[in-house]
Amino acid sequence: MSDGKPTITVCDSTLRDGSHAYSHQITLEQVRAYATAAEAAGFNFLEVGHGNGLGASSLQVGESLVPEGEMLRAAKACLKRTKLSVHVIPGFATINREIAQAIDAGVELFRVGCHCTEADITQRHISHVRSAGHEAWGVLMMSHMVSGEILLEETKKMQSYGAQGIVLMDSAGAYFPADVTAKVGLLASKLEVPVGFHAHNNLGLAVANSIAALEAGARIVDGTGRGFGAGAGNAPIELIAAVLIKQGYTTALDLYKALDAGDLAAKLFAGSLPESNGVTIVSGMTGVFSGFAKPVQRAAKQFGVDGRDIFFELGRRKVVGGQEDLILEVADLLARRAKETGKVPPTP
Amino acid sequence: MSAKKLGVAILGTGNIGTDLMMKVLRSPVLECRLFAGRNLASPGMTKASLLGVPVSAKGFQSIIDRKDEIALVFDATSAMDHQKHAPVLKELGLVAVDLTPAKVGRMCVPAVNLAECLSEPNVNMITCGGQASIPIAYAIRSANPGVEYLEAVSSIASRSAGPATRINLDEYLQTTEQGLQLFGGCPRTKAILNLNPAQPCVHMQTTVMARIAQPDLARTRAAVAEMVARIRTYIPGYQLILEPIVENGRLVAMVRVEGLGDYLPRYAGNLDIINCAAIAFAEAYARQRTAQN
Repeated sequence: MSDGKPTITVCDSTLRDGSHAYSHQITLEQVRAYATAAEAAGFNFLEVGHGNGLGASSLQVGESLVPEGEMLRAAKACLKRTKLSVHVIPGFATINREIAQAIDAGVELFRVGCHCTEADITQRHISHVRSAGHEAWGVLMMSHMVSGEILLEETKKMQSYGAQGIVLMDSAGAYFPADVTAKVGLLASKLEVPVGFHAHNNLGLAVANSIAALEAGARIVDGTGRGFGAGAGNAPIELIAAVLIKQGYTTALDLYKALDAGDLAAKLFAGSLPESNGVTIVSGMTGVFSGFAKPVQRAAKQFGVDGRDIFFELGRRKVVGGQEDLILEVADLLARRAKETGKVPPTP
Repeated sequence: MSAKKLGVAILGTGNIGTDLMMKVLRSPVLECRLFAGRNLASPGMTKASLLGVPVSAKGFQSIIDRKDEIALVFDATSAMDHQKHAPVLKELGLVAVDLTPAKVGRMCVPAVNLAECLSEPNVNMITCGGQASIPIAYAIRSANPGVEYLEAVSSIASRSAGPATRINLDEYLQTTEQGLQLFGGCPRTKAILNLNPAQPCVHMQTTVMARIAQPDLARTRAAVAEMVARIRTYIPGYQLILEPIVENGRLVAMVRVEGLGDYLPRYAGNLDIINCAAIAFAEAYARQRTAQN
């Protein structure tokens, strides 16, 4: 340990969260090229698959170009030090079908996630992964929606099921640094397992929030190459690498190779890199899942309504990740309302 | 006591069993002759006693003991328990209406295959998401040749999902997918379940999506409208909230289910819909028996 600074585990979600930014069309060539770069950079884990994790290729969220088993095997073949991980949401992924297949493909870490108040639905999946001899973490998504006390209660359940790490996801990019400090700080001081943070940049705070998490005791941090992820993207992993090295944390990182991974992501996914725009900013303001940005823009066009209005209405309804179908219902409702009143409803 | 009413028993006195009892009490053709569970002090048992329904804490044994008074048993216990109950009920000549995901008997969606199920010794009510989505999938299939893929997404209020639902999500998905395959005539199906903790609690919503080479939207809309009208005869709170549309290469239709609020809150349409379906079957069975006698 240098300077008494702790060791940080760096998780690269480019080939999972980036799936949202790429309408789930990531190719095997892109998987191989990026996985090779992630290995060289010394990231501890590389997460691969559909944006909503195992078994989520669907009409609801979007169909993957490449079946997940093939994606996982292609990535695995490029990795040595870097371990392969997947995102798992019970309600999408089942043990017998998707988890079994992922184990066969060589996945080493299962990050089992759920909406931030529903930890008990992860019990069977976490226990199964652990009893099969693999690593399992618990992930709470949309964690901006409830208090630190509730997050602690839910993550304690996950810890009791066997989770060996806990990650809070800011799925809507809605956190401010003070929220991160309070929530991550509470969990880091009360849980026995390491705590991590997964940022989204909808309010332009992904890197600042990741730093706040580290300073509050997080030992795991997520990032993606050039921020390639849902909504306005994630904390760019090359910037996370720079921050960790500059601040003297202990890591397995190679700075130049980490910077190269960011540059490679820019090249591989040129034209689809996430950017901040009116819709992603409103996604952050309303606390609605970042992955909704693209389908909201599509529905806004088809129904002739303002995508920002769709987000405000979804925020009012407190929708959770996975409820993409409500985008169409809300767009249809707004269009009918506008037709009835003969005018576009005022922006909230 | 009316001799014309069909004597039924309810096994399992949790939320589902108690709500079923309330529905049976209102039925013109069913009579609840036994409400059986394990704990006389449970809220469901207390409610049944207050309403003058015969109760027993001897569980399944009480059904065997009083088999002559009943003709049909609603099993609202668990899949594992129903596996044990099913052969005994068959032996006793009692019709079993299975509200667990045990899948022993024929899958029943009253709006689709009620008549075919009336001679079955055991019918399975699939899942709440199955009862909501399968009729729509069936209507879509009837209006479009060549459905390549079917998907059903349900969102339910967190508070309406009890511990059994939460621990059995995988079984829920699998059973719903099997039902979609069977009734949707399509080998590729997928089910998704979302729990939403928003307050006030959200009503159950189910979206059916289909991949069809050349969807006939006008025929689909007519078929879905007709199906919704048929379902509303036994599930009054079933509403079409998004008419079939084509978006991004997929056919999409969405329903919301408001419960009757008998024992469970109105938002718990997911629990109401499976009970309404079970009652619809039992009433049709009772009417058929009366007609035959």
